[in-house]
Amino acid sequence: MRKGGNELFLQVYGVAVALLVAMAAGSVLILVFGQSPANVYGVLLVETWGDSHGIGQTLLKSTPLIFTGLSVALAFRAGLFNIGCEGQLLVGSFACALMGSALPESTPALLAVPLAILVAGMAGGALGAIPGALRAYTGSHEVINTIMLNFIASAAVLWAGNRFFFVEETTHTADIISSAELPSLGIAGSALNWSFVLALACAGLFWVFMDRSRRGFELRAVGLSPLAAENAGIDVRRSIVVAMTLSGAMAGLVGANFVLGYKHYFEEGLGSGTGFMGIAVALLGRNNPIGIVVAALLFGTLSNGGLEVNGFVPKELIEVLQAVIILAVAITTATTQRALAKGGAS
Amino acid sequence: MSDVFGVVFSVYFLGQLVRTAAPYILAALGGTISERSGVVNIALEGKLLVGAFCCAVGAIETGSATVGAICGILGGMAVGWLYGLAVLRFGADQIVSGVAINLLALGLTRYLLKLFYGSTANSPPAPGFGDRVWTNVLFYAVIALVFAFQFGLQRTRFGLRLRAVGEHPEAGETLGVSVLGIRWAAVLIAGGVAGLGGAWLALDNEAFVANMSGGRGYIALAAVIMGAWRPKYVALACLLFASAGALQGVLQVEDVPVPRELIQSLPYILTMVAMAGLIGRSRAPASLGKPHERS
Repeated sequence: MRKGGNELFLQVYGVAVALLVAMAAGSVLILVFGQSPANVYGVLLVETWGDSHGIGQTLLKSTPLIFTGLSVALAFRAGLFNIGCEGQLLVGSFACALMGSALPESTPALLAVPLAILVAGMAGGALGAIPGALRAYTGSHEVINTIMLNFIASAAVLWAGNRFFFVEETTHTADIISSAELPSLGIAGSALNWSFVLALACAGLFWVFMDRSRRGFELRAVGLSPLAAENAGIDVRRSIVVAMTLSGAMAGLVGANFVLGYKHYFEEGLGSGTGFMGIAVALLGRNNPIGIVVAALLFGTLSNGGLEVNGFVPKELIEVLQAVIILAVAITTATTQRALAKGGAS
Repeated sequence: MSDVFGVVFSVYFLGQLVRTAAPYILAALGGTISERSGVVNIALEGKLLVGAFCCAVGAIETGSATVGAICGILGGMAVGWLYGLAVLRFGADQIVSGVAINLLALGLTRYLLKLFYGSTANSPPAPGFGDRVWTNVLFYAVIALVFAFQFGLQRTRFGLRLRAVGEHPEAGETLGVSVLGIRWAAVLIAGGVAGLGGAWLALDNEAFVANMSGGRGYIALAAVIMGAWRPKYVALACLLFASAGALQGVLQVEDVPVPRELIQSLPYILTMVAMAGLIGRSRAPASLGKPHERS
């Protein structure tokens, strides 16, 4: 009991220190720009959480981060590092838009929406399965392969779009049919839509799968010790492929937010950066679904707030803040883990 | 088509090739020494970008390309120091820290660009080396560095220790080699050469442009793997990757209908194929990515 409390304290402490470091670094940057940190942070907070429109927009920005955070965490629980969310969400969104615009206008929403979401997940999953299979059957490292696939996917999508699918003279596809659109949640004119609910449902499913299903248990076992899992009769190779496929599928679902709920078409450069932020969200959320939702809200707040503070300081401040948070959390994660290991040994 | 071959072997093409390859080679040499010591280097992209930024600022403020290049090296080393602080001093995850540093470099350079020059897109014109690729000191420095790294890793006491630390840190430590000391040296040297790679970008372009590294750090990372962590092969891999880029320019001029995106993806596809062991297995240093705890 005491040990559990201690662990929670150390983890919260680690995150708090990381946030303070980021705020301090941000303050220096705001000061050199001749602005008041208190004022900028105040504007950031009021504009993101001060009224219902702000809250809606903040939740909208958090939605894709929940998907990519869950995606990274899913792979991570199986001992794998998926930094390919960028590419997976791109092909997922692209496929989602193609499906949504190819359906006949008369398709009922009850069919069109699930179909478009399914295609998004399948496309992302397919791209995730490649590094999974390469890792399982050739031993080649998924980190490098997912980085390479990010570039390959973005080039392939651009080529296919320019060649076949983009509307003449633009870098976006045709609109999806209206019945494939995910309806807005109607919060004070914000673009928040049902994909947020889908993201929360995915967080719930993540928990059920990881903590209550046999396959999820196998994945975690492989993540803790592939050798022990192998000895216990678990098919380690299959688990690796399954984990990377599901992880890619989760990233692909970002398409539901950007394409079905928000833009209603695919556009070049859509969601860029969301995949890398997913790493931060998973790390900050300790690979736990509730933690991931909270961390996604934090990063969503920053993304949304960046646009609001742009009048005072360049919005790149937010990118710096996000990066410093990731770096600081990586450091405090390592130091608190060491502290815990030491505490356990004595 | 015969025109294409004519152009491929022209001096113009070679000049383009060298221009494209030099920053890859510099960054990849940094990646090689860092990874041979057991430290993954995803942060190469950030080092290139900060190197380019510092070089441009130095060159603009003093009017000297040489000062710019030195500033680029120092900027890259500063990023290397920050990376070392995270992963060596505090033992943070190397991949997460690398990704964070790349994001930091992207945001910070644009923020400072706005602060210094009032634009988040590009700096005012900076002195560069113009069209002079062949009479450019940096060009010969790149060639010298490739040989120096090859020789240094294979034939010097420092190189032997560095490789030992990368393969089996505990064994190195037993023999009295400071694992963290060697890795710190490797990370700082890597920052310096990658920073020089960034300086090349800024001097070649005669200005800093936001995100001007444009994924070159990741190509360099791929070249390290393609070149099996050996400087001379890594440099050849960079030339191979660069020829894909330079060829693309030539094909565009000659109006040959090969999809640009396909040629751009070639380095990445080749790397995946190489890693899967289909064209000769390239093996990573054994302790790559594992933090070292002093016992």
